[in-house]
Amino acid sequence: MYGGGYIQEEKQEATSQIDDAQKLAEFEARIDRGEKIEPHDWMPADYRKQLIRMIEQHAHSEVIGALPEGTWITRAPGFRRKLALIAKVQDEIGHAHLLYSAAETLGKSREQMINDLLTGKSKYSNVFNYPAKTWADVTVIGFLIDAGAIVNQVANSKGSYGPYCRALERICYEESFHLKQGHDAFITLATGTKAQHDMLQDALNRWWKPIMHFHGPPDKISEHTAKLMRWKVKMATNDDMRNQFLDMYVPKILEIGITIPDPNLKKNEATGQWEFSDPDWDEFKRVINGDGPCNAERLAVRQYVEEHGKWVRTAMMNPNQKVVIPFA
Amino acid sequence: MSKIPLNTPVLDPRIKRVDLESTYGTTAIGENEHWISWEVFHQKKRGDQHVHVGIVHAPDAQLALLFAKEQFGRRLACVNLWVTKSSDIFSFSYDDEDIFDNATAPEKQYREAAGFKVMEKINRYKKSKQKA
Ligand SMILES: [Fe+2]
Ligand SMILES: [Fe+2]
Repeated sequence: MYGGGYIQEEKQEATSQIDDAQKLAEFEARIDRGEKIEPHDWMPADYRKQLIRMIEQHAHSEVIGALPEGTWITRAPGFRRKLALIAKVQDEIGHAHLLYSAAETLGKSREQMINDLLTGKSKYSNVFNYPAKTWADVTVIGFLIDAGAIVNQVANSKGSYGPYCRALERICYEESFHLKQGHDAFITLATGTKAQHDMLQDALNRWWKPIMHFHGPPDKISEHTAKLMRWKVKMATNDDMRNQFLDMYVPKILEIGITIPDPNLKKNEATGQWEFSDPDWDEFKRVINGDGPCNAERLAVRQYVEEHGKWVRTAMMNPNQKVVIPFA
Repeated sequence: MSKIPLNTPVLDPRIKRVDLESTYGTTAIGENEHWISWEVFHQKKRGDQHVHVGIVHAPDAQLALLFAKEQFGRRLACVNLWVTKSSDIFSFSYDDEDIFDNATAPEKQYREAAGFKVMEKINRYKKSKQKA
């Protein structure tokens, strides 16, 4: 019996254990049967590590992703767009909460995760290191970045870790509204005045490269995908997700008279694969390692908020309370 | 403590106002600064069970309910929420999962409606009556 939750220490030793062959076989058999893994189950140290890394990064992406959009709330064109944007940004922060909770069940505390975000030790989605210069940028984010995220999240919601799947199910439900409101704003600009159309085209031109980076480096240069796919940590390869995204959204961009700034983008009907120019994976690496236009600003905003909220959090702390790992 | 050097000038008027460059870059969240966790139970409509939906972090029950309302009562139908400290939840271990196997075991047919073949017996009786 687990009495009153289980305590942090128990986890630390669990991550340093040598994976027992018998237990590993049972664990893999359970995944092959399509059953979910739950927080207290035995799991390979590497499974735990990779899941924490992935879910934590996902959570950070929700928090940081809310920044470029959040600052446009006051400047959103019209009351209805403003209301929708407030609701969307609140959803994104809610997603972060859900995801941090799922990661916590694996033994890393929320405080540790946020500290690792602030120091730059853990990453978040690279696209949010680019600026949202105009309202059209917010529109491109709301439509196409959320669309990219949905492809990823729908795939991951069929993964093997119970708490992550549960969180993603709720997230995907809310994302359907994000996508629709983004699509609506996108169409409004595309089919509006010339100035609106041009503003959208300019934003899409600037965002195309980050969008092509969104699902990560091509399979041929990304590591340890095979094991993570066998364990259903990763549910589709980066290239597959990118291809699925292009299949679904390229037609939706082109049908309303917006062009895509890549003359080589076309679908190879024989292979079913999209072909495109190299989206500059060196830039991707540079930006993810800190050298993008907005990396410092994004983290500085988080720093500012943490620093100015600290007194409230500490004033309300109760040192006699027993901290345990949540069930989620 | 050092200032935060920004790569590019801030574009954003709202962010600009807070003067980020004067924020110190070494804030760290202390251990347990996000308080304890509370398990949240959500009731969709009167007459339904409360169902576990996740957790919130809060220093006390009152704030836990407030956060739970924002997090779990914001988007979906809801008439009521419960919260309880995660440390007050007791559970079996999944290692003992097999103790529940016999709940649905075939040899327990004697406690299922389907385990009793009433119609067969009635039909057998009726047939024997017809012959007689
Ligand atoms: Fe989200
Ligand atoms: Fe979203």
